[in-house]
Amino acid sequence: MELSRRRLLLGAASSLALLAAGCGSSDDSGGDTKAASTTVSDAGVEAALQAGGTITVWAWEPTLTKVVADFQTKYPKVKVNLIKNGSGNDQYTALQNAIKAGTGVPDLAQIEYFALPQFALGKAVTDLNTFGAKSLDGTFTPGPWSSVHSGEKIYGLPMDSGPMALFYNKEVFDKYGIAVPTTWEEYAAAAEKLHTANPKSWITSDSGDAGFTTSMIWQAGGRPYKVDGTSVSVNFDDAGTKKWTGLWQGLIDKKLLAPVPGWSDAWYKGLGDGTIASLVIGAWMPPNLESGVKAASGKWRVAPMPQWASGEKVTSENGGSSLAVTEASQNKTIAYGFMKYATVGDGAQSRTDQGAFPATTAQLNADAFKNKEFPYLGGQKANEVLAEAAGQVATGWNYLPFQVYANNVYNDSVGKAYTGGSNLQDGLKAWGDASTKYGQEQGFTVK
Amino acid sequence: MVSAPTIRPQARRRAQPVAAPRKRTRSWSLTAVTTVMLIYTLLPLAWLFISATKTQDNLLGSFGLWFHGEFALFDNIGKTFTYQNGIYLRWLGNTVFYVVIGAGGATLLSTLAGYGLAKFAFPGRKAVFAVILGAVAVPPTALAVPTFLLFAKAGITDTVWAVIIPSLMVPFSLYLMWTFSRDAVPDEILESARVDGAGEFRIFFKLAVPLLSPGLVTALLFNVVVTWNNLFLPLIMLRDRNLYPITLGIYSWNQQAQTVGGDVVFNLVITGSLLAIVPLIAAFLLLQRYWQSGLAVGSVKQ
Repeated sequence: MELSRRRLLLGAASSLALLAAGCGSSDDSGGDTKAASTTVSDAGVEAALQAGGTITVWAWEPTLTKVVADFQTKYPKVKVNLIKNGSGNDQYTALQNAIKAGTGVPDLAQIEYFALPQFALGKAVTDLNTFGAKSLDGTFTPGPWSSVHSGEKIYGLPMDSGPMALFYNKEVFDKYGIAVPTTWEEYAAAAEKLHTANPKSWITSDSGDAGFTTSMIWQAGGRPYKVDGTSVSVNFDDAGTKKWTGLWQGLIDKKLLAPVPGWSDAWYKGLGDGTIASLVIGAWMPPNLESGVKAASGKWRVAPMPQWASGEKVTSENGGSSLAVTEASQNKTIAYGFMKYATVGDGAQSRTDQGAFPATTAQLNADAFKNKEFPYLGGQKANEVLAEAAGQVATGWNYLPFQVYANNVYNDSVGKAYTGGSNLQDGLKAWGDASTKYGQEQGFTVK
Repeated sequence: MVSAPTIRPQARRRAQPVAAPRKRTRSWSLTAVTTVMLIYTLLPLAWLFISATKTQDNLLGSFGLWFHGEFALFDNIGKTFTYQNGIYLRWLGNTVFYVVIGAGGATLLSTLAGYGLAKFAFPGRKAVFAVILGAVAVPPTALAVPTFLLFAKAGITDTVWAVIIPSLMVPFSLYLMWTFSRDAVPDEILESARVDGAGEFRIFFKLAVPLLSPGLVTALLFNVVVTWNNLFLPLIMLRDRNLYPITLGIYSWNQQAQTVGGDVVFNLVITGSLLAIVPLIAAFLLLQRYWQSGLAVGSVKQ
């Protein structure tokens, strides 16, 4: 009941926002991606911070609390109201409602990479070229940096990054004599071996997760979404997508995936007691293991993401978020100043020290970062593996400019494949059709 | 959580004299059905209580319906009240505030309106009634976003009014009080009071309210439960964590488990939920004698 209510609201809210998006973008003749020229220099930003003011930030990222405190010490005249609005969809709904209402819009908002295009096209967030954000080229790793771009326009600054890696329970792997898989073929074999040896143990859990699905297709080389301004196409029939569905359908058919939804209490339980033996997930995972799966301390390790062909080195991004300045903000310059502090300046180091996985190359390549030993991971220098993964993210991936909606209806179509009512490829086709239909209703040109 | 009682006044009026002589006729099938219902109702509560006695690790690593490891109930309660600078207590206070003003106000308004609709004939009464019946059929969820936009125009989103004002409008409660007033307050009493020279307000408070008290308590309990459990409206309206009711607060703790780098506190979510239903259970136990007390108090013999 709770779910369906939320779904209803999300649908209503996102359609409102997209209505605005459709109207807003019709007048710039589809795909105006030319950047605005710089109007506020770095010195101008610094002057605004010294002059002071108040900004409101909506973000759920826990490491920002300390960053805000440090920032206010450095710039005593700036007051930053950090509001934790609930994560992900709850915040997007709130943000879309506020934008629609025209009041109560924050100056800065945390927006995940998959959701940023929706807010960008709806003109909810500002193009940061005004502040010369282009000069930050090379500051961030390519994956997240391209995720905040739409053509030449830059709609946010990357806060963290989630290059995928294989987290596995070494104790379970050792017990059943399973070598760490380096290819997906080996992974499938390991899944079968483990589950045969112990029918209560699974290689991983998956009950259908849109973010995971798109990240896996991304790594396999599939590019189902093509976006050019307001012209969009959806096609899950490409070779890359089929590579992934072929593998995953096999695991589903043989019942080799634990039918446990991610992030639920059952999921945390499985990660703790060894019944879920590995995770292919973003590099931001270690703090969540440390906090939520204390029981398995010392048992987990990190390895590179399995590959489609032996010897390849390709990864994709999973999750991760940016900070974006809203178009409605009355204090854009101060907002940009704080955002730069939090993502590039001292804040980036502070957040990395607190356990966030950085999107900045300086933090990522620092020796202190790479040599950090994780007691939870048995003393492994996990960042060596994860930083390498960050440099191997495949390029050319796009999310839909209505991905928030699409992800919300994922379970209606693809979800059925996990319960035996359909198969992945058909499910993806139905998902694509539902997304296409919605896009057309919102005024996008969908091919 | 606990569901609202839906007792129809007529049914209880008839049931009351029959129950009085206490002629017991045992029905095994009825006993069986009631037992099943009892287990069905109590099992989640038992789970909640047992789970609240476990630490975060034991919570995930043990069978849900029996105790395991150290008895951490008091430790959990302590942590619940101190976590994040003791914000739980603040949320609890907020919920009590929303319930007293929102549910109390809703009960008062629906009693006044229900009585007025039942006992006074005026042009447009049927239209008003049709609107109310229609309003019962509209789920509050469907009105949430329009209400938000309306309140944003008025500049009262993210204030206590954004939660209280919609809570004051409960068409179902009004409908309940309307049917109840129609049957429980005999026109003869009103007429004789008027003949004796009592004013309309005096009649309402001195005569009607005592007669309506069982219905009033039912409506009050219903409104209290709805307001106490209100999650959806505050979720949309409120941004400031200091204004959260207990439901939204616990929800936000639960959400932490789904956040990158978030603190996983399922044990506090569960203990917080257990503590949050204690006042509701207390309200039911305390108020039940009011809705059990007969309607005949102060009535005329018909």
